[in-house]
Amino acid sequence: MDFLRPASWEEALAAKAEHPTAVPIAGGTDVMVEINFDHRRPEYLLDLNRIGELSEWEVGEESVRLGASVPYTRIMERLRGELPGLALASHTVASPQIRNRGGVGGNLGTASPAGDAHPALLAAGAEVEAESVRGSRLIPIDEFYTGVKRNALAADELIRAVHIKKADGPQQFSKVGTRNAMVIAVCAFGLALHPSSRTVRTGIGSAAPTPVRAKAAEEFLNAALEEGGFWDNGKIITPSVAKQFAELCSAACNPIDDVRGTASYRRHAVGIMARRTLTWTWESYRGTAASTEGVA
Amino acid sequence: MPTNGAPIGTPTKVTQGSQTKGGIGESTLRPDGTLKVTGEFAYSSDMWHEDMLWGQILRSPVAHAEIVSIDTSEALAQAGVYAVMTYDDLPTDARNYGLEIQDTPVLAHGRVRHHGEPVAIVAADHPETARRAAAKIKVEYRELPVVTDEASATAPDAPLIHEGRTDHHIGHVPHPNILHRQPIVRGDVAAARERADFVVEGEYTFGMQDQAFLGPESGLAVPAEDGGVDLYIATQWLHSDLRQIAPVLGLPEDKVRMTLSGVGGAFGGREDLSMQIHACLLALRTGKPVKIVYNRFESFFGHVHRHPAKLHYEHGATKDGKLTHMKCRIVLDGGAYASASPAVVGNAASLSVGPYVVDDVDIEALALYSNNPPCGAMRGFGAVQACFAYEAQMDKLADKVGMDRVEFRRLNAMSQGTIMPTGQPVDSPAPVAELLRRVKAMPMPPEQQWLAAGEQADVRQLPGGLSNTTHGEGVVRGVGYAVGIKNVGFSEGFDDYSTAKVRMEVVGGEPVATVHTAMAEVGQGGVTVHAQIARTELGVAQVTIHPADTQVGSAGSTSASRQTYVTGGAVKNACELVREKVLEIGRRKFGTYHPAWATAELLLEGGKVVTDGGEVLADLADVLDGEAVEVEEEWRHRPTEAFDLRTGQGFGHVQYSFAAHRAVVEVDTELGLVKVIELACAQDVGKALNPLSVIGQIQGGTTQGLGVAVMEEIVVDPKTAKVRNPSFTDYLIPTILDTPTIPVDVLELADDHAPYGLRGVGEAPTLSSTPAVLAAIRNATGLELNRTPVRPEHLTGTA
Repeated sequence: MDFLRPASWEEALAAKAEHPTAVPIAGGTDVMVEINFDHRRPEYLLDLNRIGELSEWEVGEESVRLGASVPYTRIMERLRGELPGLALASHTVASPQIRNRGGVGGNLGTASPAGDAHPALLAAGAEVEAESVRGSRLIPIDEFYTGVKRNALAADELIRAVHIKKADGPQQFSKVGTRNAMVIAVCAFGLALHPSSRTVRTGIGSAAPTPVRAKAAEEFLNAALEEGGFWDNGKIITPSVAKQFAELCSAACNPIDDVRGTASYRRHAVGIMARRTLTWTWESYRGTAASTEGVA
Repeated sequence: MPTNGAPIGTPTKVTQGSQTKGGIGESTLRPDGTLKVTGEFAYSSDMWHEDMLWGQILRSPVAHAEIVSIDTSEALAQAGVYAVMTYDDLPTDARNYGLEIQDTPVLAHGRVRHHGEPVAIVAADHPETARRAAAKIKVEYRELPVVTDEASATAPDAPLIHEGRTDHHIGHVPHPNILHRQPIVRGDVAAARERADFVVEGEYTFGMQDQAFLGPESGLAVPAEDGGVDLYIATQWLHSDLRQIAPVLGLPEDKVRMTLSGVGGAFGGREDLSMQIHACLLALRTGKPVKIVYNRFESFFGHVHRHPAKLHYEHGATKDGKLTHMKCRIVLDGGAYASASPAVVGNAASLSVGPYVVDDVDIEALALYSNNPPCGAMRGFGAVQACFAYEAQMDKLADKVGMDRVEFRRLNAMSQGTIMPTGQPVDSPAPVAELLRRVKAMPMPPEQQWLAAGEQADVRQLPGGLSNTTHGEGVVRGVGYAVGIKNVGFSEGFDDYSTAKVRMEVVGGEPVATVHTAMAEVGQGGVTVHAQIARTELGVAQVTIHPADTQVGSAGSTSASRQTYVTGGAVKNACELVREKVLEIGRRKFGTYHPAWATAELLLEGGKVVTDGGEVLADLADVLDGEAVEVEEEWRHRPTEAFDLRTGQGFGHVQYSFAAHRAVVEVDTELGLVKVIELACAQDVGKALNPLSVIGQIQGGTTQGLGVAVMEEIVVDPKTAKVRNPSFTDYLIPTILDTPTIPVDVLELADDHAPYGLRGVGEAPTLSSTPAVLAAIRNATGLELNRTPVRPEHLTGTA
């Protein structure tokens, strides 16, 4: 195994172009596990740790440009206001040690359906900044996940950053695991209210071959909110609307039975999380709630 | 039946221990505590030797298959490889090993019987080289049908896991795929059932739990010039390993010198051999030191697990709440090899009624041979599975009778003098009713603690924790109680002795005691307790604990909650003998100077010989004056006897240990997630030699019981008998956020048969913790929940 250590982003792109099979490594919280278990034996490892800019972020007018290697800990601590859904999701990633190392770029690169960041990215709305020696492009998050542990990156591309829409309304994230911390998602759910566009976006993790949005549920809810003038009158969402939203979120799942849980449970749990996160975010939007976002 | 007199080996005239600082009853600190917390402690996996090679084991990828061929040529040809060995390379005719029955092949011979069975071993100059070489060994398997449960084990066409069995159980089992069966019959169940106003039946399932010790199997074998081998190893019982290793190597036992290295937890999982023989074989073959360290994945295949079990129970009670009878059938899955299964069967059967008075019983416990992973010793050893079932039954019965669940238990609780189903009287305190009373009397944790922090819900106090699944929605509190009974020490006639060598001398003007035993310190605190005993008995401040090795006689196993009792007893005994010798020297030297030498009860205290009235007769430094006194002596607790194979009658156990729990849980009834808020425990420990260690044991055992209540299970595919979750990613153990507050109420009622009146501590809390949590979840959800661990799908109807 050759260990490539580019000193700059340009060198990294050149190395990736020269060795398209090279596996990029930053925090190493996914890649090292794979290597230690001998699940993969890459010809080349491309170490991105010398490229400082990958651990930086910029808060812009519309969005946050989050470097691929910004650790989850930093997101939790510094970007809670701009990216509340992703901050909540970051807090559920593994242990403090792992959160100090791992970042969203790794989650995207691995593209596991169980990656904790995905539902939050889908709900917030994001674009992946992918770059190669051929140039740079922004891949909409909805088009990024292409299959189980597959993504839209070309062989010579690296993830430089993720552009995530700044929250314009309340966001929530929930994840079911069979332990109260340090657990891989049995399933997860992200929800973001976007009052400026009067839309709701969702993200479902670990309940389909890829992270997915519950689009039918979103459309139903967008229509229901619009119809009832909810965005303006701030009324409580009727239980029947919440229930139907939850059912449509369940229906958006295409889960499997595995050692972590049954397909039937995953569908069920996504529905419960959808209903609860809708309640929490909407109560927060209405500005009446005493307790909306959980604290820890 | 033996008399219940003084333990054999205890001197009849016992001089009292002294009041020396750091003696028994004090919470002296572990010598390795700080090292472990700071990461400085050297575990067996940290060892290093100049020029050493790394061993690697090739394991079967299937559960049951004929081995058609093995081709090692490519592996041998790889640069850096020093040796590749298969069954054909074993040096002697002793090619099997086992704790009780030698049915386990050192390397597979023509057939593999479980997923992960060792097939070949490799030594190379780098672990990765060894790993790659092992992968180059070509093994052709012809798969065979698998035996995975009682039905497939005893079906007319069932493949026999071990053909031509000759072990001592084959004569009394109904099928060769049943390893051992123990009935216990007492009284007249049919007649007693007639008296019952209520009868409750239940079918229970207990999942396969793993010991999940954090330090994986590891050791270092160093070949010696005399043709022998030095083995540095993390184990639970050096001499049991030795007895199994030496014949396979073709060496006399004195040429296999074993030294205990840093043990990272055990819980029963190191009673069986793992890499010991493999490392020695490779070291002797290559003439170089060989180190083997399993990774976590391999560790799941490298040791036995807790027996999964199916339990069928029937209990009856009168309308005033008295138990009439109990009938049960406990089927334990022993997996492919015997390990400790026969003894686990004996425990499950003899403790199946729990700590209750039931005169009429009809009990059957058995262990299967199957193609599932081998199961053997784990903390609680057969008593755990039974407790889960009988405690569920107690709640059901109490509800039928219409009594409070705790009061129902207290009404039927055993006490000193109760006759066990085996006919054995309980001849020391059995404060079962009192433990229940105490645990019930503890203050309840406040409701809705997640709101205590302020206006936002503190998700850490809620089911799901930081995963942020509820802010209180769907959350229901439940409370449950359970109590259990565990035997202490090895049972059924086993010669369960320990050896201690104690030396006393003067070093730099100070009297110093050295305690040398072969006791495996696996975290239980023996190293602390031995020093405390020596201080109390010998009145010295300085005690050196010699590293455990096979240069001293056996200390028995660090299991069955026995080490403080038995090896502690041996240390106490050896100290008493040393003291007598020291006093003899004193009398010889100074006896004429003071009449008290001849007439008074003498103590060693504060480095001096004193009378029981406190008068100082001499400094120990003057008494010993260059002389060293040393005693090595075996010590035995009172003997036990085998259970009758037909009736189960017999004086089978040495001592019993009792703990009771109250569990308080919050259940998210919609998502099926559980947060255990508190697990209060009351336990009788006879005498707490080190109160801090006792509390640690109780809290640890409680947490391990919690684990198998809500998350811990090795999932084996019922079609292929392959393990589906051999990793800490998918075999979950409790984190600190899953661990509740564990208030502990320690009772000290002396058992007159035991040293200092102590009672084994380590296992009892593991028993009652699980059923208490289950009872609390049932209380919150109203569900029957007849299996453990409980998973979210069981609580939400989505299994």
